[in-house]
Amino acid sequence: MISDKQKVIAAALLVTAFLSYTFFIYRHLPVQAEATVNLASGKGKLLWQRNNCNSCHQIYGLGGYLGPDLTNVYSKRGSDYIKSFLTTGTVTMPQFHLTQQEMEDIIAFLKDVDASGTADPKSFKINYDGFIEHR
Amino acid sequence: MTDLLSTAKTRSGSAAFLRMALVLLAAGMIFGLLGAFQYIQAGFLKEYLSFERVRPLHVSSVVFWIIMAACGSVLYYLQEFTGKSLYSGILLRLQYFLFSFSIIAILISYVFGIFRGREYWEFHPALAIPVATAWILFLINVFKSLPSFRNLPVYVWMWLTGVSFFLFTFLESYLWLIPYFRQNIINDMTIQWKSYGSMVGSWNMLVYGCSIYLLDKISGNKEYGVSKTGFAIYFLGLFNLMFNWGHHIYTLPTANYIKYISYIVSMTELILLFRMIWQWRASLDTARKHFYRLPYRLLIAADVWVLLTLMLSIAMSIPAINIYTHGTHVTVGHTMGATIGINSFLLFAFLFDILGKKIAESPVALRWFSLAYWSANISLFVFWITLIGAGVQKAVWQMSLQSSAFSTMMAGLRPYFIVFFISGLGIFAALLIWIVLLFKHGKIRREAIEGQFR
Repeated sequence: MISDKQKVIAAALLVTAFLSYTFFIYRHLPVQAEATVNLASGKGKLLWQRNNCNSCHQIYGLGGYLGPDLTNVYSKRGSDYIKSFLTTGTVTMPQFHLTQQEMEDIIAFLKDVDASGTADPKSFKINYDGFIEHR
Repeated sequence: MTDLLSTAKTRSGSAAFLRMALVLLAAGMIFGLLGAFQYIQAGFLKEYLSFERVRPLHVSSVVFWIIMAACGSVLYYLQEFTGKSLYSGILLRLQYFLFSFSIIAILISYVFGIFRGREYWEFHPALAIPVATAWILFLINVFKSLPSFRNLPVYVWMWLTGVSFFLFTFLESYLWLIPYFRQNIINDMTIQWKSYGSMVGSWNMLVYGCSIYLLDKISGNKEYGVSKTGFAIYFLGLFNLMFNWGHHIYTLPTANYIKYISYIVSMTELILLFRMIWQWRASLDTARKHFYRLPYRLLIAADVWVLLTLMLSIAMSIPAINIYTHGTHVTVGHTMGATIGINSFLLFAFLFDILGKKIAESPVALRWFSLAYWSANISLFVFWITLIGAGVQKAVWQMSLQSSAFSTMMAGLRPYFIVFFISGLGIFAALLIWIVLLFKHGKIRREAIEGQFR
């Protein structure tokens, strides 16, 4: 049997470690965002959410599985390609009836996502300890 | 007598959560089948209920099935444990009303294509307010219903942990509303998956806590609940809940220390795996002894799924393997194994214990139960293997230097999607049989509950 005191100490240690870790991450976010925020990209992100694009598409492999990962679609295909899909839709993807401005905002968001890194698994190398790193 | 009546009322109240949960599960499975069919028949119902609406309808229905059933089970077992009614019947009813209102509003908003949130919580953030409020009421009711905090068994610790951490992680998942957190996509996704990873661990604490309680109740052996092993495993689970979430984001260009911590912490789950394998023989002997009990049969099935899911999850937590499985259907297979094979089977074990005592008395109902039991397990195994197969094929495509177009790759996965849909139908039929059995035979009678206290 473990005494109540021992259990409380173990739980308190874990909770303290968790909260310290949490607030460390909040305080020192992994990427130091630039002071000037791209407004179009911010609007594009909200439009991405408003149309629930993530249910079919992935960003960094996270999201739905029906459509392709769009992390680096901007650099691979360009804005005209994205715009044509947004305008006409596909057999699976509905037409979202977006305005010209809304399409520009979504493209600005995808451009920002593209600039943040690459999601291609081939771009990683595997270390001896099983960890992965970008080549 | 007043106390007995109040107990009967709050127990019936907690059973109402379970009945609502069953309705959500049925709805979630129908949406799931519709979504699976849209993989085979591209554009099916696109004009009325396209995939971006069907997926959240499915996911939210089944997530709320788990949450409602877990809450109902905790509230019910808590009363069995204390031998008293809940702290407040009013809080219980308010929680039920707030949950029901928000869930119905969320599902209706999805049907109309109203999304303002993010993956898994796609609904308007305003609807998170009643959900969080309901959870706070739940938290108060659980904490205040305990007469003392001394010498509590491990399952009560797990309930208290799950209740507290769910609230924390749910609120954390809304930090994106603050521009500081959302203005950079990498930061935003890091915090998003930090909260989601721990949130799943939180509801698992509620579900696993109930399973330990039920196991103690069936076996009549109360030793595990207060044993050193029980608490050691609980603290190991808590440690993983807090720190292993980073395995979801190995490929995200976020801070490396987050990934290293998660990798190391996730590997501690090997202890659980070795323990399960070590104790397998003893578990089998106990299983043979209690197999005639319906809830126990479900606990056994969940145990097998824990083993399979744990092996897959540990493998996926190794970055060198995760790089192949990430973004493929292997991840979906893992999620389905965990939510159906573990969470849902355990929740059904509680439901059959709480609502389905009469079923064992009817030979016809028993035959239906057994048919559904084997169908659910076989169908889920086919479902699981199919998803892993589709995932491996997608992984090969992702890693090939001269990869074909995405649409060509998806066309190649079509045979998997067909088997996936058919096995999904098998799971649907099996779980529907259990739902019908529980509704038909599972009425809680106030007199029966009062009788337990005489």
